[in-house]
Amino acid sequence: MYRLTVNGIDHEVKDAWAGESLLYVLRERLGLPGTKGACEQGECGSCTVVMDGEAVCSCLVMAATAVDADITTVEGLSLDGEPTDVQQSFVEAGGVQCGFCTPGLIVAVHHLLDRNPNPDELAIKEAISGNICRCTGYGRIFAAVELARDQRRAMQAK
Amino acid sequence: MTVVNATSLQQALEALRDHPGARLVQGGTDLMVEVNFNRTTLHDVVALRRVNELKRWHIVEDSQTIHLGAGVPYAEMERSPLCHHLPALAQAARTVGSPQIRAAGSLGGNLGTCSPAGDGLPVLSALDATVHLQSLDASRDLSIHEFMLGVKKNARQPNEVIVAVTLPILDGFQGYAKVGTRNAMVISAASACVVHDAIGGTVRVALGAVAPTVVRTREAEAWLASQTNLTAPLTVSPELAREFGRRAAAECSPIDDHRSTAAYRRHAIAVLVERLLLRANDHGKSPQ
Repeated sequence: MYRLTVNGIDHEVKDAWAGESLLYVLRERLGLPGTKGACEQGECGSCTVVMDGEAVCSCLVMAATAVDADITTVEGLSLDGEPTDVQQSFVEAGGVQCGFCTPGLIVAVHHLLDRNPNPDELAIKEAISGNICRCTGYGRIFAAVELARDQRRAMQAK
Repeated sequence: MTVVNATSLQQALEALRDHPGARLVQGGTDLMVEVNFNRTTLHDVVALRRVNELKRWHIVEDSQTIHLGAGVPYAEMERSPLCHHLPALAQAARTVGSPQIRAAGSLGGNLGTCSPAGDGLPVLSALDATVHLQSLDASRDLSIHEFMLGVKKNARQPNEVIVAVTLPILDGFQGYAKVGTRNAMVISAASACVVHDAIGGTVRVALGAVAPTVVRTREAEAWLASQTNLTAPLTVSPELAREFGRRAAAECSPIDDHRSTAAYRRHAIAVLVERLLLRANDHGKSPQ
């Protein structure tokens, strides 16, 4: 048995094999299926979560080594059930097609904008270079990030 | 299977004593791929993620070197101030995986796995790094050239933790370049690091992914030193750079595999080394 802190909530992980990835534990043991799994080798970014302030691939974290870490998944970004500004921007800009890569991208973009409120095109491309989307061709994803960035900037200016 | 989450180096070393044969894990970016694809049988694991001693670095003023903890993530090597002290390492760090991987991966992991394609390893070789190993009763320093033994084989003993590397702060150009099947998120098909020590008067070259372990091209280096003065500034003709690339490529022993062919790898090395030497030649002479 070990404990994980996910989205501010303390969870007990019981009867689990100690080698399970954080991705597997989140989805299959803690009932948090928002984090997606695809490649399971750190190539696709669909399993991105924030751990101790860093965006990481949850498929490459051994869950039993993440005790005492502060973990945020896509479910933890909006605590009131309403879409976050980044989620709303993805909807408005058409950054979602099949939707499989979207949770990982949403986490990566929140992580980017929380650390750098004014990213230029290159910084945006760099920040989401670890998140693969096979549908959109990325144009509308970049537009969504720029929309969220500009809206936050406008809010700040008020 | 036991997982020990060490919070100090001492705890990690004691855990290795208590669990002989345990696997050490730092960022997990190599080990977890093996686990997820059932390519390894895990017994015990000692996790170093919370060992803060391994995540620090400092300048040693007396020797003008950097003592870089084995758990410092690549993301930190990309950033100021480390990137100014160790520019080739910063360039190599930027080519590792994605931002998510660079937030987790470290030189300790690169050294521990000791893949011939590890992006940090040619830099350590070209800089003649020292690897610091610690066990419960002893510590020892090994030259990087003695540490790397072969494909995924190194000189670490089962009771030792790779704690840090020491790298010199040098004056002169440093560059790292690699080729793969795409521009980002790619494992090297061939890579090269060129370091110009303008004070010591040497040009040092190390190659990745073209032999069982990283190759230092000592014959090509000696040949270049015999052809031109390597104390700053460099005056290397395009013909000399091309011949240098050709000679460096002659020292590697690439294979055909799923990532590339031996012939392409050798060709790529010649191009990369020539290109990096020409960049070294232009360094400081024109705007970068």
